[in-house]
Amino acid sequence: MLSRTADNLFWLARYVERAECLARILEVTQRVTTLPLAYVGATNEWESAIETAGCAAAFASNYPEANEETVIDFLCFSAANPSSIRSCFEIARTNARAVRTALTVEMWDAINGTWLELKRFGNGPTSREEFMRFLRWVQESSLRFDGSAYRTMLRNDAYWFSRLGVYIERADNTARILDVKYHLLLPANERVGGPLDYFQWAAILRSVSALTAYHWVYRESVKPWLIADLLILKDEMPRSLASCYSALVQNLDNIARAYGRQGAAQRKARAIRARLENSRMEEIFKEGLHEFIDGFINDNNELGTVVSEQYLM
Amino acid sequence: MYGQRVPHDIYVHVGGIDIIRVDAESFYVLEDNARTPSGVSYMLENREIMLRLFPELFARHRVAPVENYPDELLATLKSVAPSTANSDPTVVLLTPGVYNSAYYEHSFLADKLGVELVEGRDLFVKDELVFMRTTQGPKRVDVIYRRIDDDFLDPLTFRPDSALGVPGLMSSYHAGHVTLANAVGTGIADDKAVYSYMPKIVKFYLGQEPILKNVPTWCCREADHLAYVLDHLEELVVKEVHGSGGYGMMIGPKSDKATIAAFRAKLKAGPKNFIAQPTLALSTCPTCVEEGVAPRHVDLRPFVLTGRDRIRIVPGGLTRVALQKGSLVVNSSQGGGTKDTWVLDT
Repeated sequence: MLSRTADNLFWLARYVERAECLARILEVTQRVTTLPLAYVGATNEWESAIETAGCAAAFASNYPEANEETVIDFLCFSAANPSSIRSCFEIARTNARAVRTALTVEMWDAINGTWLELKRFGNGPTSREEFMRFLRWVQESSLRFDGSAYRTMLRNDAYWFSRLGVYIERADNTARILDVKYHLLLPANERVGGPLDYFQWAAILRSVSALTAYHWVYRESVKPWLIADLLILKDEMPRSLASCYSALVQNLDNIARAYGRQGAAQRKARAIRARLENSRMEEIFKEGLHEFIDGFINDNNELGTVVSEQYLM
Repeated sequence: MYGQRVPHDIYVHVGGIDIIRVDAESFYVLEDNARTPSGVSYMLENREIMLRLFPELFARHRVAPVENYPDELLATLKSVAPSTANSDPTVVLLTPGVYNSAYYEHSFLADKLGVELVEGRDLFVKDELVFMRTTQGPKRVDVIYRRIDDDFLDPLTFRPDSALGVPGLMSSYHAGHVTLANAVGTGIADDKAVYSYMPKIVKFYLGQEPILKNVPTWCCREADHLAYVLDHLEELVVKEVHGSGGYGMMIGPKSDKATIAAFRAKLKAGPKNFIAQPTLALSTCPTCVEEGVAPRHVDLRPFVLTGRDRIRIVPGGLTRVALQKGSLVVNSSQGGGTKDTWVLDT
């Protein structure tokens, strides 16, 4: 297939996934900021949201301070932010249109319908209720697109490239949530901060839709080191780094088999997966959770670059 | 292109001939479109919609199908691959991109043909061969069904500011390693001044009278024609020779004095830019409009495919309809519509 087509499919999937991640982060931020201060401490959650979205510098040059109004505007509706939810859907739709023939009718309807409906929300919500509805709608739009792709696409290179986009973006998102909140996640032998931190930990789990999953996997109350374990090493947790890399290796292998050739992208993905498979939480904590996550974010970005050089240019 | 041979000596692989009917027996060729005629997707989609909405009509009348057009087009394009191509030549459709008004048609056709829909940046030229960038590395391209105008094809040869084209494409074309459909320069054949000589050209090269008549045309570059045209402006249609899309024309009986005066001045200033034709009574077709069903003027554009092996034409075409009451301008850019066209099998 054309490199440009593959590139468009890859980014189309990435942008839809990014919009969904942003919506989930904002939903959790909104929730935490409504708790009484005694329960979560005097942190600026809106600032964390901006950091998690990875656009602190761009935000700072547009707004004097991070509060509910400015952060929602920047992350959801701003045309100046190329990664705002609006921009994500607009770019996704432009990419979809450019590769219209590589999409199924269901996928096109999903993304085009989302783009058309986006106008309904204008330049921002008029109330918190409406904002919540907006965030639900963003997540449902992403689910609909993802489900359409899963159910209707031929299992060929077009499908695999779009899956690569989903998983690289998802891994990046989970890693960023961990990166911003790493100071809350402490190893088992350290003194736990008391009830104050529970709501922060629960927020981390909620932002990857894993609060219920946590209880099913560990069957105990929320412990920070187990949250780290769930989000980094647990293969059965669909947004964990390990799970994303199982999927990336698998999709890259499918491409390599179809094309009859392995390359740098396959090697890179396998190396990252091996590191995740061979790690244990105690070691990660010992060597520094922050350093580990930073290293992962860099590796994940590099995989994106290598995939691009090998197939998309 | 002077002195340049094109693969298999075929220039117009896809021709769109605009035909009008003025009475029960008389059909005229109104215009030849020899560059990149568009609208065939409407022919195909109109039929699909009619089949869905009026299955009963199709059961009662034996309507010849048009759905094999993409198949015929692909066969035509493959047949004209350059001699250096391998036995299963690679065909692509070259589009200016999503911002082009005909992009829908481009993607629709590429989909039906099963060929890659490429933009200029997907192609590159190396050692006078054309390649496309694929996820499996460069792949040679043999036939380009291009839907970009000549001027934008190759910034090294034509407009240097063209971002839509492929640098070096013309060098490959000159070397005979790629077929462009249609060939470069075919605009000369659908120029409205050349049109006026078409009956003579047919007679000279084929030794026979054309089967379809031309609309009588005054070529304003000739002094006696110009004099006649200036005397009868109120009853004639005046067209710019390079105009298309219904722009740059004046319909005498429907124009006010000021417009006619303006065209009179233009004609005197640059007569060779204009031709004139009698205002013909285009046939009408019952059409659904707001007030109900009413007659509206139509013309017909069949698509003629010319390959190395033979000429192909599907029994149908694009019927364009002027939706404004009394209007003779059927161009979609001027608010015209389209209709499904039936050829009945008897």
